[in-house]
Amino acid sequence: MTTIVAEGISKRYRIGEYKAGYQTLRDTLSHAARRAFRLEHVDHSLEELWALKDVSFSVDEGEVVGFIGRNGSGKSTLLKILTRITPPTEGVASIRGRVGSILEVGTGFHPELTGRENTYLNGAILGMKRREISAKFDEIVEFSGIGKLIDTPVKRYSSGMYVRLAFAVAAHLDPEVLIIDEVLAVGDYEFQQRCMGRIEDISTSGRTVIFVSHDMQAITRLCSRAYWLDSGRVMREGPSGEVVSAYLQGASGSGAATTFGAEEAPGTAVLRLLAARVVDMNGDIASTVDVREPIGIEVRFVVLGETGPLFPKLKLANDRGEVVFNALDPDPRWRSAPEPGTYTCTAWIPANLLNEGVIGVDVAVASMSGPGLVNHVNVPSVVKFHVHDPGLGDTAKGHYTGQLRGGVLPLLDWTTEFVEARAYETA
Amino acid sequence: MLSSPDVPITTIRPARRSGLPDVRELWRARDLALILAWRDVKVRYKQSLIGIAWAVLQPLLTMVVFTLIFGKFAQLPSQGLPYPVFAMLNLVPWTFMAGVFTLTSGCVLTNRVLVQKVHFPLLILPIACILVPLVDFTFSFAVGLGITWWYDVAIQPTIVYAPLFLLMLGMTAIGLGSFLAVINVRYRDVPYAVPFLVQLWLFASGVIYAADALPEKYITIASLNPAIGAITGFRWAVAGTPPPSTTMLGLGVLMTVIFFFGGLWFYRRAEPRFADTL
Repeated sequence: MTTIVAEGISKRYRIGEYKAGYQTLRDTLSHAARRAFRLEHVDHSLEELWALKDVSFSVDEGEVVGFIGRNGSGKSTLLKILTRITPPTEGVASIRGRVGSILEVGTGFHPELTGRENTYLNGAILGMKRREISAKFDEIVEFSGIGKLIDTPVKRYSSGMYVRLAFAVAAHLDPEVLIIDEVLAVGDYEFQQRCMGRIEDISTSGRTVIFVSHDMQAITRLCSRAYWLDSGRVMREGPSGEVVSAYLQGASGSGAATTFGAEEAPGTAVLRLLAARVVDMNGDIASTVDVREPIGIEVRFVVLGETGPLFPKLKLANDRGEVVFNALDPDPRWRSAPEPGTYTCTAWIPANLLNEGVIGVDVAVASMSGPGLVNHVNVPSVVKFHVHDPGLGDTAKGHYTGQLRGGVLPLLDWTTEFVEARAYETA
Repeated sequence: MLSSPDVPITTIRPARRSGLPDVRELWRARDLALILAWRDVKVRYKQSLIGIAWAVLQPLLTMVVFTLIFGKFAQLPSQGLPYPVFAMLNLVPWTFMAGVFTLTSGCVLTNRVLVQKVHFPLLILPIACILVPLVDFTFSFAVGLGITWWYDVAIQPTIVYAPLFLLMLGMTAIGLGSFLAVINVRYRDVPYAVPFLVQLWLFASGVIYAADALPEKYITIASLNPAIGAITGFRWAVAGTPPPSTTMLGLGVLMTVIFFFGGLWFYRRAEPRFADTL
């Protein structure tokens, strides 16, 4: 059964409004005066911006659908329209069932009020009835782990406690349709994992969820389908894995393969970077890689003159900005100045090493020049790829389905023995 | 598109800029309206002694100043009441109205986080502004009655009509305040203008002088300000001073209705653009 239908949703902003909606009366008066005396010509057609243009989609009951896109792509505007915070300029949408939305954790929390008072306040803001909040109150406090401090003004809470309570309230919202925006962008890693777990629970409980996030990992894990928005239009729609891969290729400009034209090749007079690719074992470009398979990073550069000993280097970083590792090419030829010409270095990352998520590869080539190093090339995120774990239980996650911390997910050599069929006894 | 008998269907379409309220939606949001009003009261009286003292001190100190300047020095007529009683019985309802007006004029801006992050009938914002001044009023009114009693002025049984005049003041303040609240979304200079407007309004509202002391030819124009009739009426209800004339009261009620519904209509029409403009 279809729960959400949207047809031709468009939203127009006037540019002036978009940048800063408010102004002072004085500005308006002086502006009007200048216009009246024709000191300033205003072309109204140029002042428009379509944040969304003709967006149509439908969501079935119980489906978890993700919306991705870079900042300014129209995701947030779409959520604001679906949650009726702002009306569309054109188009119609209808939603079946009670709609709950979490566009921010802790909306309306007041620092002077106690945790208990804020729970009722925030619950009412999120659309819960007072009776509902009372019924779930103990559960909310339990989930938040706030304990006795529930009757303390929240201004005395640590930021962690504040966010935990706020999320606990939101997590107990019980509508048929839930719309969630970037909630995971707050809090520390542990907290984010907790939120993810809760959202996973919600999405498996048969509710319809619309989820917007920059976290591609979360999108592929939680959503069955995804829409990729760009400049207010739907670029692509389909199974979330496919849409995420397409987005990663298209969005950052750097997908799994980047080739530089002769004019734009980064580098110096003696060394230039030509291309980089992420390849699988068959040598095909791979934007999404199974964690259980090796990944090749291929870098091509040209040496144009005298350089001195070279240091070709890769740096891998995940989408939380953590450096996973740096690696240099140990080939003996780099120990002295290489002869001019084009080189291709391929680094093979073993299977079962990288953790899940988006990995960006920085490429740097430096050379020894006298006492110091000269960086000929240092390009961040030349290529990107997405590592995913199909969750079959044969990786370092075992049969755990959540996400583990850290840049790597190494499958270690475990030995496990059954010792004896007797309970351990204390002496 | 979608249809089903028992599940609520939300339809989202371009704003029609209707000035009429969606009463059903408003009723469904009553819990939120109450809790928002309760939040403001709670926050106001959190340091309870100072909170209540403030509500009482403001009209009380103004009364003292008025008594010294207008009662003793200028010797303005006070309809046979001791000037402190006269001033206090005017200032108590006036402070209520000024409070509602000031709060309402800023209600969208002070709640902008809510306006931008959740959907709710925005009409509850100005309406929820009445509670804090009302609570303040009960305290200052108690003190006002105490002063009346202290000066041996008999409190009249007509005091039961006092709430009607208070209603007039509240409706006027919400209407005009909502109008400014809309302007304030667009222009941030409103908060600077409000105290000034309140001050001017005070002089036009018969708080310092008795309305019937005005020259005949100005009374009709002055009556277009509902506050003058309502405050005169309030004083009549409590202390038995001459009641407002029929013209004054009639015009006052008419203007109250116009301000209240006009202001809220204006607010309602501007509502769909709040989240985008803030």
